[in-house]
Amino acid sequence: MGELKLMKGNEVIAEAAIRCGCDGYFGYPITPQSEIMEYLALREPWKETGMVFLQAESEVAAINMIYGGASCGKRVMTTSSSPGMSLMMEGLSYIAGAELPCVIVNIVRGGPGLGTIQPSQADYNQATKGGGHGDYQSIVLAPATVQEMYDFVELSFDLAFKYRIPAIILSDGVIGQMMEKVTLGEFKPRWTAEQIEQMSGSWATTGMKGRKMNVTTSLRLQSEDLEKHNNNLQAKYRTIEKEEVRFDEYMTDDAEYILVAYGSSARICHKTVELAREKGLKVGLLRPITVWPYPTKRLQELAQKAKGMMAVEMSAGQMFIDLKLAVNGKTPVEYYGRMGGMVPSPSEVLGALEKQLIGGANNE
Amino acid sequence: MTEEIIIAGFGGQGVLSMGKILAYSGVMQNQEVSWMPAYGPEMRGGTANVTVILSDEKVSSPILHEYDTAIVLNQQSMNKFEKAVKPGGILLFDPNGITTPPTRTDINIYKIEGTAEAANMGNPKTFNMIILGAYLKLKPIIKMENVEKGLQNSLPERHHKLIPLNLKAIDMGMEKVEKFSLQ
Repeated sequence: MGELKLMKGNEVIAEAAIRCGCDGYFGYPITPQSEIMEYLALREPWKETGMVFLQAESEVAAINMIYGGASCGKRVMTTSSSPGMSLMMEGLSYIAGAELPCVIVNIVRGGPGLGTIQPSQADYNQATKGGGHGDYQSIVLAPATVQEMYDFVELSFDLAFKYRIPAIILSDGVIGQMMEKVTLGEFKPRWTAEQIEQMSGSWATTGMKGRKMNVTTSLRLQSEDLEKHNNNLQAKYRTIEKEEVRFDEYMTDDAEYILVAYGSSARICHKTVELAREKGLKVGLLRPITVWPYPTKRLQELAQKAKGMMAVEMSAGQMFIDLKLAVNGKTPVEYYGRMGGMVPSPSEVLGALEKQLIGGANNE
Repeated sequence: MTEEIIIAGFGGQGVLSMGKILAYSGVMQNQEVSWMPAYGPEMRGGTANVTVILSDEKVSSPILHEYDTAIVLNQQSMNKFEKAVKPGGILLFDPNGITTPPTRTDINIYKIEGTAEAANMGNPKTFNMIILGAYLKLKPIIKMENVEKGLQNSLPERHHKLIPLNLKAIDMGMEKVEKFSLQ
């Protein structure tokens, strides 16, 4: 049994990195995720596990340090918030192109532009549709609790190395800033040079030592080569879509109406379901845990029997498009959301559900 | 049992740390808890507030728009949160600096002279614990032994010598809290 603590989501990300054997953190401060760096600086992990902690001169530098560390087979991570993530997109595309593993945390704030420091989910498209240039994907996990902030760091490293792909933890100012109970796991040692050679020797630039040279690059000037590389990437993405979908359901068994929400919006919708049930309305919640890959198949199943579904998100309906594609007309789908750092209340969501979907269905 | 609380006042009054001690005390009592601070522009304006939820069950939404209890420590917070108390709920406030007292008749309103009592105790920093004491008198949802453990866990080791003073301040708050009668 691990240690029970009351901690902020941001602090937990940092502690999880240290405990799961992260080799290096490179980042640049930005609200609302600066506690991650502050915690690491205070915690001085380099003394305890040898984990490198470095404040880069910018987000562009930080993501390229990740590129370098990942090339060597090291478990490296960075964290940022929306404007900082935009700066990292070039590097992320290179890392995806070079098929390297890394973990990136985005504690999303309101945009576009510098926007606000308040919570938002408006980076959904950026995270789930590549974000930088080219045809690529990252695995995207959306924690809804502080405990999941902890658990998903190690899970992200595991998935990143399993598929040699960037893994993004897509959270927001709510989960980053709040404190909840969290059980911290055991310390796991960082990989030794031998373990890295064993795990990643076929691709990591760890020094040739008598074997053939490993090269990490995203540059493939021959179009035939690059198309073949793209086909390989796409095949990998199809495997991930088959193998790595994660989601959670609450009271969907008998639900006539299903809310679909991730991260902090899912917490709000959980309460909306409670309020709806008190009124005798059969409402349930599907919470995508991986927003890419998206739980398309399960949503298709639920759409067969549901009277309607509603996407609830703190954006203009970015996830709503994925929901519509999944449901493909099988049942009515609606969207409710707030933008710019506004967080909807559970009763507000219930009101929208009654007005847009339940009322609509009864009027037919 | 689920208790949804907003604590609101000026930065520096110990609003966030009071919320943290309350949340930690809940953890010590095996409750589910959440602590959600306002960290946005309102904080830059000098006001601070935190939503604390204590529950026997998993906490769903950490962000709320109405509360079982509002603890209000300045006029701006009174303007914002008096109306956010659920009917039948509790509004606890310190009259110091309050120019427009509360007027609702469908909630239970209590006052605690926290600023004055802290001055009497000779240490203005005991203010937030006096308020916490007043709250715990009105809503005795956490055993005192767990509040003490909460203090131990949320205060850094170097401040543990101050725990007896904090406990004294909590007692003072319990003793001095009184029903507020509408004018």
